[in-house]
Amino acid sequence: MTEFAGSQYVIEIIYLVASALFILSLKWMSSPATARHGILAGEIGMVLAIAGTLLHHGIVDYKWIIIALVLGSGIGIPLGMVQMTAVPQRTALSHAFGALCVTLVGTAEFYLRSPDVPKFMMSVLSMEVILGGLTFTGSLMAAGKLQEILPQRPITYKGQNLVNLLLFIVAVGSAVYLVLHPEAKIFFPIIVGVSLIFGVLLVIPIGGADMPTVISLLNSYAGLSAAAMGFVLDSKLLIIAGALDGSSGLILSIIMSKAMNRSFTNVLFGAFGQVQASAAVGEEAKPVRSATAEEAAAILSAANKVVIVPGYGMAVAQAQHKVRELYDALTKKGVDVRFAIHPVAGRMPGHMNVLLAEADIPYDRLIEMDEINGDFPQTDVALIIGANDVTNPAARTDQSSPIFGMPILDVDKAHTVMVIKRGMSPGFAGIDNPLYYLDRTLMLFGDAKQFVGGIVRELTGGH
Amino acid sequence: MNNNLIDALFVFMLAAFIGFEVIRHVSPLLHTPLMSLTNALDAIAVVGAIVLVGERKSTFALVLGVIAIIAATSNVVGGFLITDRMLRMFKTSRPSKPQVTKP
Repeated sequence: MTEFAGSQYVIEIIYLVASALFILSLKWMSSPATARHGILAGEIGMVLAIAGTLLHHGIVDYKWIIIALVLGSGIGIPLGMVQMTAVPQRTALSHAFGALCVTLVGTAEFYLRSPDVPKFMMSVLSMEVILGGLTFTGSLMAAGKLQEILPQRPITYKGQNLVNLLLFIVAVGSAVYLVLHPEAKIFFPIIVGVSLIFGVLLVIPIGGADMPTVISLLNSYAGLSAAAMGFVLDSKLLIIAGALDGSSGLILSIIMSKAMNRSFTNVLFGAFGQVQASAAVGEEAKPVRSATAEEAAAILSAANKVVIVPGYGMAVAQAQHKVRELYDALTKKGVDVRFAIHPVAGRMPGHMNVLLAEADIPYDRLIEMDEINGDFPQTDVALIIGANDVTNPAARTDQSSPIFGMPILDVDKAHTVMVIKRGMSPGFAGIDNPLYYLDRTLMLFGDAKQFVGGIVRELTGGH
Repeated sequence: MNNNLIDALFVFMLAAFIGFEVIRHVSPLLHTPLMSLTNALDAIAVVGAIVLVGERKSTFALVLGVIAIIAATSNVVGGFLITDRMLRMFKTSRPSKPQVTKP
């Protein structure tokens, strides 16, 4: 593209405007007050960019473009209407779709340009299909695990890391060979195939508890593969969008792995929870104190400050709307109720905030971990609903615990701790929680939705 | 290496830094909508697929391109839709305190 046709200038200017709108769109996401302007900016940018592209002088046939755009929109609408609890798997699926698009375009470009592909072009093209391929299948696996089509527990076998390493070396090695000998076409399908297999094997050993990190990491890869595609097609718009997405995913994965006190390598190659699962079950002799809904309601209405700690279990039990009623009932009695949100509560970054917002709980009542931890010693009651590992004091004290060092919500410093839980089984990561055996802890055994409903009935006077 | 590629590397570097700075300031409250929004924006890859299909250089490229457009468009539409649905749910308690439950 050395000489621009007249329309090409127009298109590039449109792309420039679209890029600016994309950046603004993300900037406006910084606060809930402006976030919806952000969507509008993104949408305008997207429509401009697609309309501009249709002016491209090389386009000779619009029929298939229109058909594909219509079909894609048809698939997109139901994907935009899923329930809020299903957002993590929807997100994983859309990472897969994005990566699929990039991989397919990369493959087509290779066969159109081959055999005379310049070295730099071949390098980025390889990077595009390697990242795209592994993100495609990896994200499908992640979506399968989140949707519980695939087992949540890590799937491991002997020599797993070695196999993964070998596959990675084969993919990169083939890519290097292809850069040096672009006429050796046979290596291209090898690169794509190996990347697809690598994506599957990379994600199956990762347990459900690590999904927030994995989704963020796949988000980053999807962005980087799109940026690589931008280099191949010489499209600055794509490079910018890909770089923004790539850095967003990277930041989120750093936040997530910090919140779990784990390194990337540990998440990817650690197979968390595997050993502990068998070790933790079996010892059930330690005494716990339990209470009824009536007793819990009495304690809660006598409190001044209550902090509710919601976990994914609350969402599984569909209890968020009952929790909202509890919030209303207590607020009406003059109790100060806030929600403590651990960064990895839920199954993707920020998921718990969305689930509570859906239940109409005002977002200024949702407090991040670092902000609320100092307040627990002045808190009368910490009510834990469906959360486990993020409240486990062993993370602070027990060096032998697999979650030692993970930042937790200091609920054990509250005057009274109440835990709504089905039974004494260990959590997602398969680790026993000493919090349950404290003198100040009351276990409220039962289904989260029913139990919270029971407390609400007691508080509001029997109906 | 020609100048276009060097330019492109500069663009990538600058965009990555802007991305870091802008996204660092996104409230953790909105991390889920942020991810679905970047997902939608990332689907701008559709422009590459559109050109590929429109140019019709080979049947192979046409088929791959059509699938690519479908995949990316579903991300655009689905991504913006769900981000908007999520953001509409975020309400603050301050301005309308005496708001009673809706029917």
